[in-house]
Amino acid sequence: MIKKRIIPCLDVKDGRVVKGVNFVGLRDIGDPVELAKRYNEEGADELVFLDISKTQNGHDLMIDIIRDTAKELFIPLTIGGGISSVSDIRQLLNAGADKISINSAALKDPGLIETASEVFGSQCICIAIDVKYDPAKEDCFVFTHGGSKDTGIRAYDWIVRCAELGAGELLITSMDHDGVKQGFDLDFLTKANALVDIPIIASGGAGNEGHFIELFRETDVSAGLAASIFHNKEVEIEDLKHKLHDEGFEVRLT
Amino acid sequence: MIGIVDYSLGNIQNIKNALEKLEFPYILSGNPAELRDCDVIILPGVGHFGSAAGTINALGIKDALLEIAASKRIIGICLGMQLLFESSEEGNAKGLGLLKGHVRKIDTPHVIPHLGWNTLESSKAALEGKDVYFIHNYMVEDAKDIVATSEYGPQVPAVAQKDNIIGIQFHPEKSGDAGLKILEQAILGGF
Repeated sequence: MIKKRIIPCLDVKDGRVVKGVNFVGLRDIGDPVELAKRYNEEGADELVFLDISKTQNGHDLMIDIIRDTAKELFIPLTIGGGISSVSDIRQLLNAGADKISINSAALKDPGLIETASEVFGSQCICIAIDVKYDPAKEDCFVFTHGGSKDTGIRAYDWIVRCAELGAGELLITSMDHDGVKQGFDLDFLTKANALVDIPIIASGGAGNEGHFIELFRETDVSAGLAASIFHNKEVEIEDLKHKLHDEGFEVRLT
Repeated sequence: MIGIVDYSLGNIQNIKNALEKLEFPYILSGNPAELRDCDVIILPGVGHFGSAAGTINALGIKDALLEIAASKRIIGICLGMQLLFESSEEGNAKGLGLLKGHVRKIDTPHVIPHLGWNTLESSKAALEGKDVYFIHNYMVEDAKDIVATSEYGPQVPAVAQKDNIIGIQFHPEKSGDAGLKILEQAILGGF
């Protein structure tokens, strides 16, 4: 049976892995290739690199990082951040990326999902969706720019649309839960998962091992993603996977 | 010398990386004459069966592969494995027909693509129980010569082998150390 996946996410800015502190100030926490190697040894099932560089030079450094990582690590690499065209996707895949995560460019031009999945195959097109609850409207909406811009698009509608357009996977981040470490947004993820028949990676809210157990017990999502709790070893991937295994979940033990 | 078939489709960088790690010399070529001179052929591929089959035909690679198959090892990976079979409903196209079987959309109660790590079930010790990374929408059906499968609703054919023809549905170049070992063994003689 297919394994539940545990995925660390590395935010990369100008060639370094950084960590946001309450959305202000970024702290340098290391070299991406070194950190990727550590995660490979700890048994991460995949890695996500999110390029948050603001400059062309920063984006170019990302290509070098993918190339260097892919030479040493033989696990799947997903690259996201600022990807807006078929030629961007081609460049990243040629450097060694396996999947491409597209966020705001897909909202701006949903046709990109269709084109990209036709050209490269839907299996390498992952659509990242940042979701926030609006208490006034009692509904969830898609946000961009790190949760600061409301697109006004209903999250459930967008999720269905992405799947229809040919997305191979969805990376759903619950912005209200992100960084709070109180657990994943189980209610939303359950509903989202029922709407589509492509894999969903859940993101936002993991603070301890129990949150992953809860995620896989309460929902049918395929994978759980987190960043800082893995970086600072609040949760160690190897221990987490053994815990999941003991709880009866199928995981890859290395 | 290993010849990776270059037909400008899909991502071959990670196969090159894996061969470098395993220290096998290789060339990347879409030239039938150059491919004929290689000892082992790797047919990679991600993407669409119909377009891949069309490109292979147009470049004259299909004829070369059919000729090479008589005497040398050919290893098809992912879509490259599917191309070894008779036909696919993806693009309704013919494959190389080196292996018996047809490619169809995966019929499963689970999500599609079949994406992630799954365990091999095989009578071959080199494959049995290994966790490997899959990512595909279509699978081989009614096939003979399947030597490993993975359960995903149906038993998904994971490795096919008939004499010197080997098909690998998962990505050995993305399946960690276990995957590299499987790729190495496929190159050195199969399972």
